[in-house]
Amino acid sequence: MNNNNENPMATQQDNNSTSAYPQQENSSVYMQQSASTSPYVPQENDSAYPQQTGTPSVYPQPENSTPLYAQKESGTAPYTQQNQMYGGNSVPATPLLQLNDLCKRYPGMGSYMSVFHMNLVIPRGRIIGLLGPNGCGKSTLIKMINGLLTPTCGNVLINGLNPCAATKKVISYLPERTYLDNSMKVSQMVGYFADFYEDFSTEKAFQMLGALGISTEARLKTLSKGTKEKVQLILVMSRHADLYILDEPIAGVDPAARDYILRTIITNYNPGSTILLSTHLISDIENILDDVIFMKNGSLMLYTSVDAIRSQMGKSVDTYFREVYAC
Amino acid sequence: MAWEMNSDRPIYTQIYDKILVRIVCGIYRAGTRLPSVRDLAAEASVNPNTMQRAFTELERSGLIVTLRNSGRVVTEDMQMIDNAKRQLALAQIDSFFANMRELGYTDQEIMVLINSVIAEK
Repeated sequence: MNNNNENPMATQQDNNSTSAYPQQENSSVYMQQSASTSPYVPQENDSAYPQQTGTPSVYPQPENSTPLYAQKESGTAPYTQQNQMYGGNSVPATPLLQLNDLCKRYPGMGSYMSVFHMNLVIPRGRIIGLLGPNGCGKSTLIKMINGLLTPTCGNVLINGLNPCAATKKVISYLPERTYLDNSMKVSQMVGYFADFYEDFSTEKAFQMLGALGISTEARLKTLSKGTKEKVQLILVMSRHADLYILDEPIAGVDPAARDYILRTIITNYNPGSTILLSTHLISDIENILDDVIFMKNGSLMLYTSVDAIRSQMGKSVDTYFREVYAC
Repeated sequence: MAWEMNSDRPIYTQIYDKILVRIVCGIYRAGTRLPSVRDLAAEASVNPNTMQRAFTELERSGLIVTLRNSGRVVTEDMQMIDNAKRQLALAQIDSFFANMRELGYTDQEIMVLINSVIAEK
């Protein structure tokens, strides 16, 4: 027997087409073939122009099962359903995050758009990977959501509001680089965050710091780059936010701590909140993602569920990414 | 420790398979309670929504039952579990034969080989 399947079930799949479980995939892989449309010149009549597909179709179709943390999809229009997390049926169904025709052009970049007419609706209760090659506009997009950059055109709505103090209250943001005061101790930093954010849990922070063996009395400047990143991620994840935006959260962290951090994300995130994380380490995080967003040259290329990619393409998101962005 | 996943199939189907094996070989015994979705998701290092989906499929197949006040339990229908076990065994045999035929063995030769291996033990 030359086929050493460590998983006895794998053989069943390989050789038995009548599998033991129903193979239902309602979700469709929505592909925006926009590679040929250069983002340099906006053309309203371009057939691949994302806006024309309409926002609802961009979001993956509801699957058959009811996800534990997602609201049950009902009706035809996505995200107009009642928000079950907040119990009442009087709560209007405002999407957690909505991008309307969002563009960003940096000064001195000519007509190049770093983010090009993005339309996106992000619901509550999902873990979403924001993926794309370097320089495709992921961080620019994230900075606009956090109000650190002003859109050239279009707008960002968080719970129906433009980025402002109120939206910063509900977004927990891990920037791509560190902004912590190096002269402070870890414990002081925790206190600082606790002062700053109402929804910060000091207890949670100390528990995670303990689990990763980070001394709370150490000054930040004495910590290694990876440890500093861990501290920063712990601070961000100790909040009880609606939307966590993590820009490259696990890049500088060793594999063992990576596993712990991913487990922390799974166990700590509350059912009503969404995590949007950008990363290049797709294979490491693939198992915890619900959906993925692929970006290319500032445009939305694909927004679908991980299961849809796996069942329709027969490959992992990691493999698919390598094919889509092959150089 | 995260569960090993293949890359070519949806994750929830792989979790389904793994839980099914645990039920069949008695790690989750008939009539006993299953761990919570969140605990099992953490153990497997997968998204709780994915784990939930695997559970939903298991419920649909009847192998696990949701009780109103005591969570999810493995079915007490031993017949159903035996059936699932038999399906798994048949799948193993199918795959074994397929592999042997690929090596150029006929069914007779395979049987002779099997008997000689058993006799040696």
